[in-house]
Amino acid sequence: MKRVASMAIVMALPWAAPALAQSPLAIVQTCYVCHGPDARGAAPIAPLAGLPKDHLARQMADFKADRRPGTIMNRIAKSYTDEQIGLIAETLAAMK
Amino acid sequence: MLGTRRTFIRTAGAAGVGIAAFGAPAIAQAAPRIVVVGGGFGGATAARYLRLANPKLDVTLVERDDRFVTCPFSNYVLGGFRKLDDNVQTFDALKSKHGVKVVKGEATAIDTTARSVTLGDGSKLAYDKLVVSPGIDLNFKAVPGYDETAAERMPHAWKAGAQTLLLRRQLEAMPDGGTFIVCAPDNPFRCPPGPYERISVVAWYLKNNKPKSKILVFDAKDAFSKQGLFQAAWESEYPGMITWVAGKDGGKVESVDAAELSVKAGFGTEKGAVVNFIPPQTAGRIAIAAGLAEANGWCAVDPTTFASRKAANVHVIGDAAIAGAMPKSGSSANTQAKVVAAAIVAGLEGKEAMPPALFNVCYSLVSPDYGISVTNVFAATADKGIVPVPNSGGVSVGKPTSMGERKLEAEYTAAWYQAIVADSWG
Ligand SMILES: Cc1cc2nc3c(=O)[nH]c(=O)nc-3n(C[C@H](O)[C@H](O)[C@H](O)COP(=O)(O)OP(=O)(O)OC[C@H]3O[C@@H](n4cnc5c(N)ncnc54)[C@H](O)[C@@H]3O)c2cc1C
Ligand code: HEC
Repeated sequence: MKRVASMAIVMALPWAAPALAQSPLAIVQTCYVCHGPDARGAAPIAPLAGLPKDHLARQMADFKADRRPGTIMNRIAKSYTDEQIGLIAETLAAMK
Repeated sequence: MLGTRRTFIRTAGAAGVGIAAFGAPAIAQAAPRIVVVGGGFGGATAARYLRLANPKLDVTLVERDDRFVTCPFSNYVLGGFRKLDDNVQTFDALKSKHGVKVVKGEATAIDTTARSVTLGDGSKLAYDKLVVSPGIDLNFKAVPGYDETAAERMPHAWKAGAQTLLLRRQLEAMPDGGTFIVCAPDNPFRCPPGPYERISVVAWYLKNNKPKSKILVFDAKDAFSKQGLFQAAWESEYPGMITWVAGKDGGKVESVDAAELSVKAGFGTEKGAVVNFIPPQTAGRIAIAAGLAEANGWCAVDPTTFASRKAANVHVIGDAAIAGAMPKSGSSANTQAKVVAAAIVAGLEGKEAMPPALFNVCYSLVSPDYGISVTNVFAATADKGIVPVPNSGGVSVGKPTSMGERKLEAEYTAAWYQAIVADSWG
């Protein structure tokens, strides 16, 4: 996790256009209140850490487009740009 | 490893003696001292994430109690399907796993110029950065008749603990056919869906144990969180049991008589068998004593860093802070704590804080198998404040599908609790 933090991936926030970009790790840390600390899972909510990047990105994109039904992830995934989803997936995939 | 500053610094006597002035390069000299006031959702998470981000930081958590009893899931104790003991969180892991110094004591004063926190025993804790997360205090002067003594007859149960157990005992002793009166405050207050979740799970208890009973709700407001979902559930699960009186229809309480268990509102004067009065609230009184609050009793902060608008080197998070569109919830406090931890770490390294990632979810149970939620991701900017990201978030589906959303969300409510307490105290 610390390694991911120091990778300093940067991204643009289209709705706010701030001078600086959000840290993808900071976004991923908001997932922990349901997916558990370090996204290691909180049954029955699935672990996310270390899953393949493409799988994670596809799930998020499917929730966002309502191709995959869910109780809450559809509402959450719609908050992120495709670019953010890519960075979230990359960050989670790199976690142990 | 840590330098000599690892030793807990407690300067007795003159405020601020021995506090080195420090600028950005201070991190190279000695471990910066961070004091966190309050070991609840905001404070525990802040302490934990500060140490995770930088194990060199000297982090001291000040908390008046030995343990923390969560308000989340305390309504289920009232509903009779949870024990309050299961809501107890300890500070053991913060100490042993994360190296947070936990000091038991009441923070009685904060000198934001000398940068020190005074404790009840007169000792002082010097800080370089301070995080204030004291939650709320109840306003016992807002409604005539409702003071601390009245709360022993008409519990608020808005801080989990003895008050929760008192209200539960009263509900257990209530005769079948009695009226349970709930008085809900105006905005802003801790946990916007909380009163309505409480009404729901108490209705579940009454339906199964005292089915002739009624619930009468006096509300100071005309609308409330997840209102459509709650009211539909009240109709389908507890038909005819709950009457909600909006502020515009006389729901705002004018006074109470605790001895008589009666409530006077524009709607009329009603006597209850049990009365749950939830009074108006302010930021925890230490925030007010420290001069961090506005005239309205809440603390204004920079929406991107939660830095106090009133004092340098101080951040205010959780219920005490004015956080734009974010509700006063454990989830909000947890996410705000992470933002502050990141901002403090960045600041100590002489870097600018990155834009915050802010999130909230409030799950509520209508019955043990019926869950609903509201969630949002928030964007924060200096000019617009904290606003929900458009076209996303919001409440659970209005009409459940064959997937069985209500049952699933009841299970996810329990998962959320496990996850957030581990992310805050674990
Ligand atoms: C009935 C009910 C149900 C709720 N349900 C939910 C829910 O399902 N989900 C959710 O997200 N939120 C829920 N909440 C809201 C949640 O409890 C609060 O929003 C959350 O606790 C706020 O965190 P905080 O850190 O601001 O304050 P708190 O968690 O209250 O922590 C403050 C801490 O500071 C300590 N303290 C205060 N002053 C001092 C001092 N001077 N010196 C030393 N220590 C001090 C207190 O003892 C306390 O431990 C609910 C609230 C209620 C009342
Ligand atoms: C409010 C709780 C909550 C939060 C916060 C949350 N999730 Fe989820 N997540 C769920 C639930 C519940 C499911 C199951 C699908 C559903 O019902 O929506 C899920 C499912 C998923 C899945 C599918 C897992 C699988 O293998 O099937 C992914 C991927 C996911 N979430 C990613 C994320 C990411 C990334 C974040 C943070 C940006 C996040 N979630 C934040 C509750 C949450």
